[in-house]
Amino acid sequence: MNFDFNEEQVALQDTVRRFVAKDYTFEKRRAILDSDAGWSREVWQAMADLGVLAVNIDEEQGGLGYGALEAGLAMGAFGAGLLLEPYLAAAVIAPALIRRTASADFQEQWLPNIATGESIVVLAHDDARNEPVTELAGNLSGRKAVVAHGGCADLLLVSARLADGGTGLFAVTPGAEGAVVRDYPTLDGQRAADVNLNNAPAARMDAGGALDAIEAALDIGLAALCFEAVGIMEATVAATTEYLKTRQQFGQPIGRFQALQHRMADMLMHLEQARSMSYLAAMHCTNEDKAARQRTLSAAKVTTGQACRFIAQNAVQLHGGMGMTDELMLSHWFKRLTTIEMSFGDTDLHLQRFARLSRAA
Amino acid sequence: MDLNFSPEESAFREEVRRFVNQQLPAPIRHKVMNGVHLNRDEHVQWQRILHKRGWGGPGWPKEFGGPGWTPTEQDIFEEECAAGGAPRLISFGLKMMAPVLMAFGNPAQQQRYLPKILSAEEWWCQGYSEPGAGSDLASVKTRAVRINSTEGNHYIVNGQKTWTTLGQYADWIFCLVRTDPEAKKQSGISFLLIDMKTPGVAVRPIITLDGAHEVNEVWLEEVRVPVENLIGEENKGWTYAKFLLGHERTNIAGIGIAKRELARLKRIAEAEGRLDDALFAARVAQVEIDLMALEITNLRVVSAERARKAPGPEASILKIKGTEIQQAISELMMQAVGPYALPFQQQDVGPDYAANLGAGYCNLRKLSIFGGSNEIQKNIISQMIMGL
Repeated sequence: MNFDFNEEQVALQDTVRRFVAKDYTFEKRRAILDSDAGWSREVWQAMADLGVLAVNIDEEQGGLGYGALEAGLAMGAFGAGLLLEPYLAAAVIAPALIRRTASADFQEQWLPNIATGESIVVLAHDDARNEPVTELAGNLSGRKAVVAHGGCADLLLVSARLADGGTGLFAVTPGAEGAVVRDYPTLDGQRAADVNLNNAPAARMDAGGALDAIEAALDIGLAALCFEAVGIMEATVAATTEYLKTRQQFGQPIGRFQALQHRMADMLMHLEQARSMSYLAAMHCTNEDKAARQRTLSAAKVTTGQACRFIAQNAVQLHGGMGMTDELMLSHWFKRLTTIEMSFGDTDLHLQRFARLSRAA
Repeated sequence: MDLNFSPEESAFREEVRRFVNQQLPAPIRHKVMNGVHLNRDEHVQWQRILHKRGWGGPGWPKEFGGPGWTPTEQDIFEEECAAGGAPRLISFGLKMMAPVLMAFGNPAQQQRYLPKILSAEEWWCQGYSEPGAGSDLASVKTRAVRINSTEGNHYIVNGQKTWTTLGQYADWIFCLVRTDPEAKKQSGISFLLIDMKTPGVAVRPIITLDGAHEVNEVWLEEVRVPVENLIGEENKGWTYAKFLLGHERTNIAGIGIAKRELARLKRIAEAEGRLDDALFAARVAQVEIDLMALEITNLRVVSAERARKAPGPEASILKIKGTEIQQAISELMMQAVGPYALPFQQQDVGPDYAANLGAGYCNLRKLSIFGGSNEIQKNIISQMIMGL
């Protein structure tokens, strides 16, 4: 047993950290945030040039052929920079899904282009309530809700209910007839989209087992998301610690007050417990035993989600009025941590799923 | 990163499991599994079984008769013992007195005391807390005055110790005593070993809210202690006490015990049909998840210890989270049986498993108080990260 990272993993982390420190400053991010698109193709290309888009793509397709832990380490290193670009959706989840479902031809056509940053492929899975996407004679109808980075996709991988009650995975070109994508910003400054499908032409991608493959890919994404959360929480705890040491009130740094000291200790405990679970998630997210895998990932998401809430809320609280301003990174971390808790199933959902799976086990 | 145990470690786990299954007397296992207090003989019996196997001092190096285990092996050992229903090791001798003796005791003291700790011939208790010195331990008032005479140099000790766990069984007590009342708080303290049979030592029980006799007051009145019983140097006792508090990093989290008790909670909740209640099931799930996370956090600490990385705030995190989890489990067990948690010290009403749950819940409130209260632990964590 060891908790060490190997040389390649450390190098990957360093690469991403240097990139964030140098090329993804607060001002740079602010400019991207204020742009019409809300993300930067130029940044995306720079990331491709660094090789980080190739992390989850096999070597045969021009990738690095790394695993879930590396994806997590990259996400963790991006963490504090609050990347607006679709790394999780397009460089972690989509390649994992394509590798599991698509034909050799499709993989050959798309994966190398994903690695080089030329193409962005995004999974659209969650249906809008009461408007599930269904397939009829090769066409899809229905609506996908709040699809992370759906607006910037060159190709959407859309899950749909089949006539026989099963689930299929389909490739849909945004903007094609009957496929209208409504792009918008979300709370955390990232982009999402509703995908409205009205008899939209679609090409079936899988040869069966689409739902299992989608869940497997999303589980790799969830593990990586836990790493991102830890990266952000680390920065949040560090910034709050610094603030408590420097902010003077009543003639002393406010970090001398025990109420605040204990809150910091609680934040640190949440952070360390979440860090532990991110490791567990990375090690288990590719487990073929689905029930065992989902049980562990639910536990990781509960721990992470609760830590996100606690750390985000208390970091703002301990920063006082400053925590409320848009001018500090802190409020942006707050919003991303809030978003993470609500993504991939919130804490309540995973707590209940864990209870169910634990009892069945 | 690799979260799997090595084949050797897994084999060791199997060996410990088998040993506990075969060697632990059934009546002891039954008591432990049902949260019943053990008596002195039962503790001693188990310690002697372990000692016979060469496992009497799991954290001890070979030179003092220990097995020389790695932190990981110690961790595995304690977890398997707990899972198999073995008694907790009596830590006062094995994990507190012994490391201090090894680090600061002279060879004569080491030879005199260590073997009898291993063989359970002598039972130790801890004389730290006083009525006026709890979290603020350095304010101990028990006074030791050195008398040099022709009949031998000795200390005369006067004072009172309290919350002395299982002091009623003890042959010896290690005490923090004030030898220099003029010095600044921490610097006038010495570390003294006192034979409980010495005239002037009196032990009085303190009955706790669960009706148990686990802790005591120890009164020291004109107690004559040979100077040979001083550990290290006079007035340096605080250094040794701090060493002791910081030394113990294995099994602080009590992962093995918590796992065993969680399994018991689930059995009881299932028998009571409480897991069909989504709210109750979610509470159980929450504590199980917290324990999963703590188990990994604990392994991270154990593995950092193996690499001899400097200790950070981890020990305090393990103590706080570990005790919170054990308390939460005891609370849920009590809730699971509803009204049958209420009959007090009765064995013949309600389901058997309900008999000790109310008292057990009460008893475990101690966990967040002793060994440095959880609030003190948070002070330590914040001190380490902020340094204010």
